[in-house]
Amino acid sequence: MNKNKKKFPSPHGKATGKVPGRPHEKPKDFKGTVKKILRLIAPFKLRFIAVVIFAAGGSLFNVIGPRILANATNEVAAGVRRMIDSTGTINLVKVGQILTILVAVYAVSAAFSYLQSFIMAGVTTRLSFNLRNDIMKKINRIPLSFFHKQSQGDVLSRITNDVDTLEQALTQSITQAATSVTSLIGILAMMLLTSPLLTLIIVLTVPVSLIVVRNIVKLSQPHFRKQQKFLGAVNGHIEEMYGAHLVVKAFNGEERSLEEFDELNDELAENARKAEFLSGLMMPLMGFVGNLGYVMVCVVGAILASKGQLDIGGIQAMLQYVRNFNQPINQLANISAQLQRMAAAAERVFEFLEEPEEDDSKATRKLSDVEIHGDITFDHVKFGYEDTDKIVISDFSAKVKSGQKIAIVGPTGAGKTTMVKLLMRFHELTDGAIYVDGYNLTDFDRHDLRSEFGMVLQDTWLYCGSIMDNIRYGKLDATDEEVIKAAKLAQVDHFVRTLPDGYQMELNEEVTNISQGQKQLLTIARAILADPKILILDEATSSVDTRTEILIQRAMDNLMKGRTSFIIAHRLSTIRNADLILCMNNGDIVEQGSHDELMALDGFYANLYNSQFEKVSE
Amino acid sequence: MTKVLSYLKYAAGYAILSLVFLIVQAFTELLLPSMMATLVDDGIIALNGQNEQMTFILTEGAKMLAMALVCVAAAIGVSYFSTKTSSIISRRMRHDVFERVLKFSNNEMDEFSTASLITRTTNDIQQVQGILSGGIRMVFFAPTMAVGSIVLALSKSKGMSWILLVAVAILLSIIAVGLIAAMPKIKALQKLIDKLNLVSRENLSGLMVIRAFGNEKHEEERFEKSNKDLRMTNRFVQRTIAIVMPAMTIIMNFSTIAIVWFGAGAIKDGTLEIGDMMAYIQYAMHVIMSFLFIAMIFVSIPRAMVSVNRLAEVLKAEPSINNSAKPQTLTDVKGIIKFENVSFKYSNADDCVLSNISFTALPGQTTAFIGSTGSGKSTLINLIPRFYDITEGSITYDGIDIRELSMHSLRENIGYVPQKGLLFSGTVKSNMLISNPEADDELIKSALETAQAKFVYDMPEGLDSDISQGGTNVSGGQRQRLSIARALVKQAPVYIFDDSFSALDLKTDAALRKALKAYTSDATVLIVAQRVSTIMNAEQIIVLDEGRIVGKGTHKELLKTCEEYREIAESQLAKEELE
Repeated sequence: MNKNKKKFPSPHGKATGKVPGRPHEKPKDFKGTVKKILRLIAPFKLRFIAVVIFAAGGSLFNVIGPRILANATNEVAAGVRRMIDSTGTINLVKVGQILTILVAVYAVSAAFSYLQSFIMAGVTTRLSFNLRNDIMKKINRIPLSFFHKQSQGDVLSRITNDVDTLEQALTQSITQAATSVTSLIGILAMMLLTSPLLTLIIVLTVPVSLIVVRNIVKLSQPHFRKQQKFLGAVNGHIEEMYGAHLVVKAFNGEERSLEEFDELNDELAENARKAEFLSGLMMPLMGFVGNLGYVMVCVVGAILASKGQLDIGGIQAMLQYVRNFNQPINQLANISAQLQRMAAAAERVFEFLEEPEEDDSKATRKLSDVEIHGDITFDHVKFGYEDTDKIVISDFSAKVKSGQKIAIVGPTGAGKTTMVKLLMRFHELTDGAIYVDGYNLTDFDRHDLRSEFGMVLQDTWLYCGSIMDNIRYGKLDATDEEVIKAAKLAQVDHFVRTLPDGYQMELNEEVTNISQGQKQLLTIARAILADPKILILDEATSSVDTRTEILIQRAMDNLMKGRTSFIIAHRLSTIRNADLILCMNNGDIVEQGSHDELMALDGFYANLYNSQFEKVSE
Repeated sequence: MTKVLSYLKYAAGYAILSLVFLIVQAFTELLLPSMMATLVDDGIIALNGQNEQMTFILTEGAKMLAMALVCVAAAIGVSYFSTKTSSIISRRMRHDVFERVLKFSNNEMDEFSTASLITRTTNDIQQVQGILSGGIRMVFFAPTMAVGSIVLALSKSKGMSWILLVAVAILLSIIAVGLIAAMPKIKALQKLIDKLNLVSRENLSGLMVIRAFGNEKHEEERFEKSNKDLRMTNRFVQRTIAIVMPAMTIIMNFSTIAIVWFGAGAIKDGTLEIGDMMAYIQYAMHVIMSFLFIAMIFVSIPRAMVSVNRLAEVLKAEPSINNSAKPQTLTDVKGIIKFENVSFKYSNADDCVLSNISFTALPGQTTAFIGSTGSGKSTLINLIPRFYDITEGSITYDGIDIRELSMHSLRENIGYVPQKGLLFSGTVKSNMLISNPEADDELIKSALETAQAKFVYDMPEGLDSDISQGGTNVSGGQRQRLSIARALVKQAPVYIFDDSFSALDLKTDAALRKALKAYTSDATVLIVAQRVSTIMNAEQIIVLDEGRIVGKGTHKELLKTCEEYREIAESQLAKEELE
């Protein structure tokens, strides 16, 4: 009974809120993916080599700097000694000469690193541009069944996030690998040249303490996980309560909900604090490691200097090197994670690009060679979705003459759109064949074939653009007059003319600035403009008010004149007037015939008909 | 901003402590170069060859080490207290925002939109928390370091101050120029990404249509165009930003060179010591770095402010529906609901959604509302639990204006079934207890049976079966029936069904209506429906068209007198039903 205790229960433990996970992602096949990435960047080989050379050169010149500066400082120090011994003074000319060289060295270093970034920006933006185009082309060629198992959001995130990650990680890992390796070797070499003993001490302290620090910070990981968990729970509770705001208020549940929220919120705050504190230790501790090295150089350097084994310029140079020693070590330690991240993102992109495409190589007939009237024959059609073993249509045969109306009826979820998808060859038959005017559908190129079909679905698809462009989508080269003529036939001309900019009105992103019924009229206009031989229509249901429904009906009647039409029907009159009714249940066609025939059967159709259009007197 | 700053009072002590530690940290950090200078000037040069040189170096070294330790301890203190501060503030803020939203009426929910309120309470607070914990450190540390290092640099040499001035000036102007050049493009970048996303989303949602019309090429061109715009802008932005790093290094390196050159001159004149010159270089680096950070803070503040402002908007919004000054409580409830000349318009609309609505709903009777989409029938019954307040006229419950009743008492006496069957995560039982925490299994069972939700007892765990968030693990029809049962458990004198039967098939609909009649025999029932068959047996049917009552009566009466009603009935019922 414990489960029932909470009155406004929240998803404890099973966090449903979206949690921005820390990047733990690992690719499935690292080596293979890296090879593919290399192939991807092969055309830019020369530019990548240039990037590496400039990156390495830039950091090399930067590393030499302190060593040259040391010479200048030493020159000053020597002068000071001469001043103390009263044998002379500082040789400013010599100092000036050294500093001039230094100016040149630093200028070259800066120029190199800018050139590196400049080239890299060009290459990586080009790469992601190409990848995105490839993905988009792929979207249009991949079989529809792919999108049954993959959500839209997933594909979308490959276009944006994954390509972005790939771009960034590629930029960073290549540049950082080149710069940090050069810096590390360069700094080590310079330090050894300056003072082998000090170098040894630094190499022993700095990297060792870096490892210790990194491990301490790892302690924060469990808290991060807990933080994410409670964040998920809190966000889940928020989503749930806001989503059901009305119900919470209707049942006076505000207080109970707030109590629940506070419990979760307290846990979240406490864990977030711990996680942030522990990870926040990184900075101070790293600072301490740096200061430790600094103090070491000062003390040991001073001792060495007092023995004449090191000069002041040397101490100064060592101080600069020890300050810059942490960064390349940290970067190198991060590069493997960087590469993993890159490979994981790249793998997802490649995976999508390697999906099999709709194959049209077997098309033997050109549509332009034959004349289509719209006779359709279904010959023992058997069908099951590609990714399952289940057969949904077991054995369906029917003959449809051109110009006939075929009503498809069935309860919600009966798979009424399956027929549509088969006719348009969005899916392949498992067995049997569909013939149009005696030609097997599979003889044609899909693209070609689809141009003979017109489709008006209830789930209207309009895009962000003008109304004119949206109608013209049915025939891209249509003139304005043709578009308006189609709109008139679709009963939508009058409505469009009442809008602020008429045909030029821009539909907004979610297409919320016109109503559902109006959207449907626009898609009908589009189909009229396309002038197909065969039509597939989805009748409006109750989401449209009575007046618009009459308009839609009239528009559809106009559209169907002289065309073979498949209608996913909801209206009594449509069903009764159909030449053939296909009655579907659970994906399969369970009965076919005219209204009177099917009523006489007194089977599934009769039952359905009676429940949809029930005699209500009990 | 002030609204958010006022939250600092909840953690003032911790905030001050973190500031104190921060100053200690900056101070100790900055003293190290000075001590190094002493070590060089006194330890190496002045005491050269003398006996106490070694002792001096070691003592100074020990002092430096102690300083470094104090520094790290202080830094840890800063980290501890600043995270404490930020967690207290964000916890409090999250609580306040959530509490505020719970108080909102539908007006405010519509105004902000649920989705936006969710992001505000989740993401935006998360953002603010991040800004606070990292920000306290950055915002105070950088200026402290800047001031400290300028003071210490001046103490070493005043003659070279102009180098610092020039370096900082160049630094700031590079950042300013870079920002002015890149900012419009950075802003454009976000728009271009949105555009690319939009085109991709349209392509994915229109897969079938695009292929049906054979417009793949057209779509590819449309995408490529947005993609190219994005690429060009992105390249420009990256190349502009890439200037910053090399420019920074060059400013720092050239300042160093300048300090050595002019320092050498000063040393020659005897106004500067060599160790001090070395320290000066390090202070100069601190100054430049600090100003870089300060510039970064200024750049990131507007971005942070976006979240802060979005939260402040929520916290400032006052619920538009509140209890009256002396709210009354319903006692000895009968359940008579009376509308008198009620008009209503949404707060931002010009026209009324409902005008001049008058009717009385009596106990033991069913009052039904029907009309086409947009006729205002749902809006009408949502006025009764005061989800919205009416614009004109009055609604009374047992003769008392509902605005004079306490909202708690009003809602306590209404069993409400929303349009969408919204369930909460938990179990079937926990969902039933929401409306009536005292309900026993017997009552729940009879409510479930009435609502035709007996399927619950076929589930392996019965009443204890899990329900996922939103009730997505049961079908739409089941969800609807559970939501009806939930209202029934309440045993309220008034029931409101907001289009709650449309997800049911006709058979279930009929059975439910029959059972409901028995269960609610004494109650006032108000039903909004799409199907004529759902309501044709109601004692009173009210037909709405464009917010006005166009017919009132029984099914039979309305068929004769009301054209709108007949139109609806004709499209739904078989001929023989229309007589």
